[in-house]
Amino acid sequence: MEITDELVRHLEDLACLRLDAEARARMRADLARIVEYVQQLETLDTRDVPPTTMVRVEGTSELRDDVEQASVERDAILGNAPDARDGFYRVPRVLGDAGEGSTR
Amino acid sequence: MSNAQDPRLDIARTSAQLRDGALTPTGVVERCLQRIESRDADLHCMTQVFADEARARARALEREAPRGAFWGIPWLAKDNIATRTGRTTAGSRLLEDFRSPYDATVVERLDAEGAILLGKTNLDEFGRGSSTENSAFGASCNPWNAERVPGGSSGGSAAAVAAGYAAFALGSDTGGSIRQPAAFCGVVGFKPTYGSVSRFGLVAFASSLDQIGPLTRTVGDAAAVRVAIAGPDARDATTRPGAVSAADLAAPPAGVRIGVPRRFVDEGVDPAVHENFDATLRRWTDAGGTIVDIDLPHAPHAVATYYVLATAEASSNLARYDGVRYTRRTADATDLDTMLTRTRTTGFGAEVTRRILLGTFVLSSGYYDAYYRRAQKVRTLLRRDFDTAFARCDVVALPASPTPPFRHGERTADPLQMYLSDVFTVPANLVGGPAITLPSGLVGDLPLGVQLYGAVAQDAALLRVASWAEGSIGFRAAPPA
Repeated sequence: MEITDELVRHLEDLACLRLDAEARARMRADLARIVEYVQQLETLDTRDVPPTTMVRVEGTSELRDDVEQASVERDAILGNAPDARDGFYRVPRVLGDAGEGSTR
Repeated sequence: MSNAQDPRLDIARTSAQLRDGALTPTGVVERCLQRIESRDADLHCMTQVFADEARARARALEREAPRGAFWGIPWLAKDNIATRTGRTTAGSRLLEDFRSPYDATVVERLDAEGAILLGKTNLDEFGRGSSTENSAFGASCNPWNAERVPGGSSGGSAAAVAAGYAAFALGSDTGGSIRQPAAFCGVVGFKPTYGSVSRFGLVAFASSLDQIGPLTRTVGDAAAVRVAIAGPDARDATTRPGAVSAADLAAPPAGVRIGVPRRFVDEGVDPAVHENFDATLRRWTDAGGTIVDIDLPHAPHAVATYYVLATAEASSNLARYDGVRYTRRTADATDLDTMLTRTRTTGFGAEVTRRILLGTFVLSSGYYDAYYRRAQKVRTLLRRDFDTAFARCDVVALPASPTPPFRHGERTADPLQMYLSDVFTVPANLVGGPAITLPSGLVGDLPLGVQLYGAVAQDAALLRVASWAEGSIGFRAAPPA
């Protein structure tokens, strides 16, 4: 299938990434080649085949006991944030005009 | 090729010498630190060295009686495994300053056994890559030939063990990231069954495929590390309940049936790899093994399946790097959308960006069924192939990589070419079972590896066969000092 500039831009929006024109052109070429390669899967008959989402070895995915225990200290977690105050994460302005990061 | 004089450490011999007093923890730590000091400017395997902490820990261990299976044994963690000591960077600018508030379960368990963490090893950013060229902190080199890559993404761990920095290292394996670099560097690399080792504290990449495992000098060492780190953990819901049964390596298995998928192996393999693989099979039949012809009709589609599923899962896992929770944020944005997009755009390297966009594509509306859903179904077909094979054989043999270690820069221009270097390793992650690579010889000055797959949850049985296979190959060699 053809990988267009429009499609790559759409994927950038979905993934919160923004490529410049040169990087986008390279990405178009790379994605086209990779997508062409993975299209080999279309040659296989997968009717009536159930999907594998993960390999569940017997006995896994059992619920653990519901035990009360201390979690990691909040301040230790917030200590890795670029901006935190009073036990909260701080982020730039949310409301108002959308910035350049969005085409919505 | 015996190496009785080989100065590099392995776990079994070092442990014995520590216990009989021929070595002390401080002596072992100093020897390793010297080795790192003298070699790592060239090889660049380490993202961080914890010299002060390791020395203090060695002294603390010396004040008590030896206890724990790894008392005084120095080791290295791939830098996507969380440690309270130092930082946990995952090879990414985005986590350059990240300090984990906790140790990964595997780190806790090795700590409890008396092991000494010496530092963290380099990797492709977030484990995305097969050459350790995609690290934000520079590429690592192969100790056998510094012009060559050490493989990836656990390339720093593999090269460090080969170069004698420590007795062993931990890596993570999502599509071959332990086994391919182990082969490229001439060491043993073991990926346990999915769910046998807790991933609590592992920076997530592709959650249905990721597994932590050891890189060691010998199969016996890999089996010892497995016993220390495997087992249930309430903090990782995918871990299997029940005690871990140790592999009985003392008793060689009789009449091992080795499945060989000829059609799959013969396609597109470097002649030197092919020759080495056939010679290895002959050694095993000489030692009493039986070769069983098997067919894995869907294995040639494993790379395509893997790159759809792994990129989809990675694009989802990497959504958390949003400039809010993890250390790095672009400085110049005044609104949230701009901050988010600029932080991610400037933070992720080119390969990670490519994989996020590919993963986003296969999950996006209109393409989900054609790519993602279909790949999940092909994953089922591949599992059935292996179920059929393991009804007739004990292990499946494959080369570890279709080529010997390649040169720096040789594959970075063509991502698909890089992906195809994983052709013999990705099936194990898709199927979920254990797999191990063993050093199997040299071509020129470059090591080659052979790989054995076991059936799902048959890790102890696989290690037992691998120990026999290692002895039958009879190859151990050290890279030039």
